[in-house]
Amino acid sequence: MRVTINGKTEEVSGSSVLEVLRAKDVSPQMVAVELNSKMLERDELGSTVVKDGDAIELLFYMGGGA
Amino acid sequence: MPFIPDSEEQVTRYSRHILLPEVGGKGQQKIGQAKVLIVGAGGLGSPAAFYLAAAGVGTIGLIDSDAVDLSNLQRQIIHQTPDIGRPKAASAKAKILALNPSVGVETYNTRLTAENALDLIGRYDIVVDGVDTFPAKFLINDACFFAHKPLVHGGILRFDGRVFTILPGQSACFRCIFKQPPPPGAVASCQEAGVIGALAGVIGTIQATEVLKLILGKGRLLTNRLLDYDARETRFREIKVAKNPRCPLCGERPEITRLVEHEPEVCAVRTA
Repeated sequence: MRVTINGKTEEVSGSSVLEVLRAKDVSPQMVAVELNSKMLERDELGSTVVKDGDAIELLFYMGGGA
Repeated sequence: MPFIPDSEEQVTRYSRHILLPEVGGKGQQKIGQAKVLIVGAGGLGSPAAFYLAAAGVGTIGLIDSDAVDLSNLQRQIIHQTPDIGRPKAASAKAKILALNPSVGVETYNTRLTAENALDLIGRYDIVVDGVDTFPAKFLINDACFFAHKPLVHGGILRFDGRVFTILPGQSACFRCIFKQPPPPGAVASCQEAGVIGALAGVIGTIQATEVLKLILGKGRLLTNRLLDYDARETRFREIKVAKNPRCPLCGERPEITRLVEHEPEVCAVRTA
């Protein structure tokens, strides 16, 4: 299945958003996740199905300023 | 001294602004009456303070409890080698006044806390986030929500930067995206992971531009969209976000009803 992750098209395995995160070695605690421009709650990641052509945004914390 | 349209020195100083239809004499006057609080006189605060001072912002507040350290000078361009050991707020004030003596500068040699945040933020029109820790970023977000003050958020790490403008109650806030700070130690800070110095200039300068647009009421703000900059690839990307009904701060059933301070990151290395 091909999905767009942070603007880049990738081949991913897994049927849920959580499985895609695991395949990419991203801890759900470390990101905010949008699917097709809709923000997902952390407890929805496992039950949200990813389909071919979906767009996922992984928003990582970016804390620096000094 | 406030901006006087008929003062020749002021007209000349701001002539490249006044020429812009979006600014003009009236816009420049608005800039001269604006009060902007910059929290953190570091990597982001340096370019933001310089450009806002150059633009003639009437009052600039600077909050920073640190002193200038040699390791700051790779990116915190408002501080210079002879400033090492000097409080950052005082060091920044001196540079602002050298650039534009008509700017009023208030310095607060302190940390922003749950106790002082509403008082300090309440004295200003717009807030710039130039802090380096997550607890501080969440505190600023929350305080701006309670004080109804627009906030221009910025973040930098390694080769990545982000800008995001928040109109509290109207547009998505930081907690609409990130409900809580990451677990302590889970996300590296600039002190641990490094940051390319010039990146601070890119992000801090975009923050200053957002502030000027807010003051002027012109252009389209970076609200409800994050601007992410990948300096490695020289790529800007915009990510649409929306006000989150489940936001613990500005959502339909808020859990945060007063200012709270999150635990400081245990791994954070303070160099001051």
